[in-house]
Amino acid sequence: MSSLAMPAPDAGTLARRAEIVSDMKIIVPGEGVVDHVTGMRAFETDGLTAYRQLPLVVVLPETVAQVSRILKYCNDRNIRVVPRGSGTSLSGGALPLQDAVLLVMSRFNRILEIDLPNRAVVAQPGVTNLGITRAVEEDGYYYAPDPSSQIACSIGGNVAENSGGVHCLKYGLTTNNILGIEMVLMSGEVVRLGGRHLDAEGYDLLALMTGSEGLLGVVTEVTVRILRKPETARALLIGFPSSEQGGQCVADIIGAGIIPGGMEMMDAPAIRAAEDFVQVGYPLDVEALLIVELDGPSVEVDHLIGQVEAIALKNGSTTCRISASEEERLAFWAGRKAAFPAVGRISPDYYCMDGTIPRKELPRVLAGMRELSESYGLRVANVFHAGDGNLHPLILYDANKPGELENAEAFGADILRLCVRVGGVLTGEHGVGVEKRDLMPEMFGQADLDQQMRVKCAFDPNHLLNPGKVFPQLRRCAELGRMHVHRSELAFPDIPRF
Amino acid sequence: MTTFTPSTAGEVREVVAWAAGEESPLEVLGHGSKRGIGRPVQAAHTLDLSRLAGVTLYEPEELVLAAKAGTPLAQIEALLAARNQQLAFEPMDYGPLLGGPAGRGTLGGAIAANLSGPRRLKAGAARDHVLGIDAVSGRGEAFKAGGRVVKNVTGYDLSKGLAGSWGTLAVLTDIVVKVLPAAETEVTVALRGLLDEQAAVAMAAALGSSGEVSGAAHLPEGVSGGMLGGGLGGAPATLLRVEGFGPSVAYRVKLLRELFPGVAADEIGAEQSRGLWREIRDCMPFADGTDRPVWRVSVAPTQAHGLALALRMQVPATVFYDWQGGLVWIRMEDGEPQAELLRALVARCGGGHATLVRAAPAVRAAVAVFEPQAAPLAALSARLKEQFDPLAILNPGRMIAAA
Repeated sequence: MSSLAMPAPDAGTLARRAEIVSDMKIIVPGEGVVDHVTGMRAFETDGLTAYRQLPLVVVLPETVAQVSRILKYCNDRNIRVVPRGSGTSLSGGALPLQDAVLLVMSRFNRILEIDLPNRAVVAQPGVTNLGITRAVEEDGYYYAPDPSSQIACSIGGNVAENSGGVHCLKYGLTTNNILGIEMVLMSGEVVRLGGRHLDAEGYDLLALMTGSEGLLGVVTEVTVRILRKPETARALLIGFPSSEQGGQCVADIIGAGIIPGGMEMMDAPAIRAAEDFVQVGYPLDVEALLIVELDGPSVEVDHLIGQVEAIALKNGSTTCRISASEEERLAFWAGRKAAFPAVGRISPDYYCMDGTIPRKELPRVLAGMRELSESYGLRVANVFHAGDGNLHPLILYDANKPGELENAEAFGADILRLCVRVGGVLTGEHGVGVEKRDLMPEMFGQADLDQQMRVKCAFDPNHLLNPGKVFPQLRRCAELGRMHVHRSELAFPDIPRF
Repeated sequence: MTTFTPSTAGEVREVVAWAAGEESPLEVLGHGSKRGIGRPVQAAHTLDLSRLAGVTLYEPEELVLAAKAGTPLAQIEALLAARNQQLAFEPMDYGPLLGGPAGRGTLGGAIAANLSGPRRLKAGAARDHVLGIDAVSGRGEAFKAGGRVVKNVTGYDLSKGLAGSWGTLAVLTDIVVKVLPAAETEVTVALRGLLDEQAAVAMAAALGSSGEVSGAAHLPEGVSGGMLGGGLGGAPATLLRVEGFGPSVAYRVKLLRELFPGVAADEIGAEQSRGLWREIRDCMPFADGTDRPVWRVSVAPTQAHGLALALRMQVPATVFYDWQGGLVWIRMEDGEPQAELLRALVARCGGGHATLVRAAPAVRAAVAVFEPQAAPLAALSARLKEQFDPLAILNPGRMIAAA
């Protein structure tokens, strides 16, 4: 495990563990409190398995009233709390703290209401992302954001992380597809934002909550917008001799006014690994492979397929296959969807990064990555949500070789710095968590981070909810609130006015 | 009373820092086209951002545009139109409704008011299209959030969080928005003669179909007659807009018409359709040159007609519906805002919110313009305000009366 500075555990809390456990058992009777090491072991990490930590105690409440009582209890006694959904975070967002109650929301697993005329589903936060689609697909609907962990990840976790997927360019992220939430503040107060209606009556707190990584409140109910499933979907599998040509093809498709449902690119190492794994006929003599999926009425899809094909040819595509059946479309995707495990076959370990860049910068970033790959002596394979610029470099390493994980992490950090340098961001959909926490200053100045922490102060002034995540350095709210005003500072006559 | 007209973000910061030092409130304005919305602001000075203007980045293939906050919306829309692109959230123009000229307004104002038009239903609100911002807090500190890419979860989403805050948290100085291709063509299917309740059922069916409807409005008798200079005719009109590529539009129009056998239906071609939806977007039926109270009510779509019926049993009101019914425009015909009555009915209809977007200043000073919030939520909003603007110098009292 590489070194990671987390907030120092509170000795008083650790000393009172037995009392806290017993109080938790009163608040959540039955099976809802796990306090033995063997039971807690299952919760010591999330999808970022390089980091592990046993919590103080694991609590699995069943009702909103219990969540409220737990948070109020902890708030009153200055006890830290780490919320957790399904534990699929790739950035360590649900990493426990030694002195914190781990609040696991998995027993909130019911769909509460399906409202087709208003195209809304009300679900408890522990319902899986795919569970929502499953509940409405017989009626012809689906929930659009589809993170690749959708079989396991929870809708509450999706709100916390603002999860994306491969269809974001056309259908948006979680923040664009939820209508409302119920949440509990660290004080124990229960607050409802939105509902089945649109937009906020006041400040858009739902925007702040979505993607707040469990630092602002605990989501206890989510209302999502569902959409009619497109009548058809067809895909093109297009190979290019260079990533520049692939990238230009993407730009030209969008320039022609076409917004595909999905648009994915893979580089040569990723293509090869995927083809070796699933054997779906990916071309092995290309540098970039593009999957373009068009969805909608078949008349529209057929109309646009021809246009995309022409654009690809104009950009020098060397292969272009068009799916003629649903089986073939799924085969095109099979390699892309299996890219991570495929890379897992050719390397003992891999480390998945998640920067987003302006699309046009792709060739420059890939070239930079090749140089870094050489200097670090580690291989890298790339899958790229080409439509929205979200890049997932997979760094191949061997954790059993001393120093190689640290080397891979340093390589990853350099890739993210490169993403920021070309106008992109540190994380497109995996979150900051603990993984990218210390890189935040690459993208934000202290004033930017201070204002974000002030938002935290409005929700949780004692920094008790999920501390040690997102922000590299916690500053006390009293200190952040101080105003440094200098009355005479304004160069008053220099201000244009009339 | 001083009016500051900074032309750089640095000057904005200086003005706000000075105002904070003096504890002297500022009214924050772009073009002032929506100045009549909200509680009247009592501020010693005015911060006029109309000189902080200019598009700083436009890359059509990247679907991104950045501009200074005071950039005229009309300029941005013209620039986009030249490349067959648009602001997909279809920002409404409040000018005519509030008795001012049409075509005014800045990008900063559109985001600060979270202005969204009929396409809100399908494409999202203004806030959904904000990718990044630079702003100055009421503390007089410049900060940035977000970026220029669509997929970004780095830190709290302050860019979207500041949308709809009416200049009471921070002064936006630069804004990056996502832009999208404009539709190749459009057709509106107009179902004729439906009662409000029947229209609600029809709109729900249309939105639940594969028609990919990008606008769904219902104009009852008495409202429809005034549209398109009388061109729409006086019968109730339930309007379903279909946008996209030609062959797809033709197919979906046919699909929608087949959903409603036995209902009289017209097809309105692209040019007239664009004009019609502009009038709906800008609430032209109530742009009557008066200050009779106009409410903008957001409820679950299927609750809208029940709300309107219950209201009209008690007070004279004219109503029409956008967003499948999720947006109800209401004009109070006897001049009384009836805030308590209306809000009680909204609560009874499953909840939502009512904003008094037009009323005389004296009315706006006395009646809560924005929907009052439950106590814990109101307290949370107040704490958020304090974290951005602890001295309450930005648009004081515009959203909520000072404590």
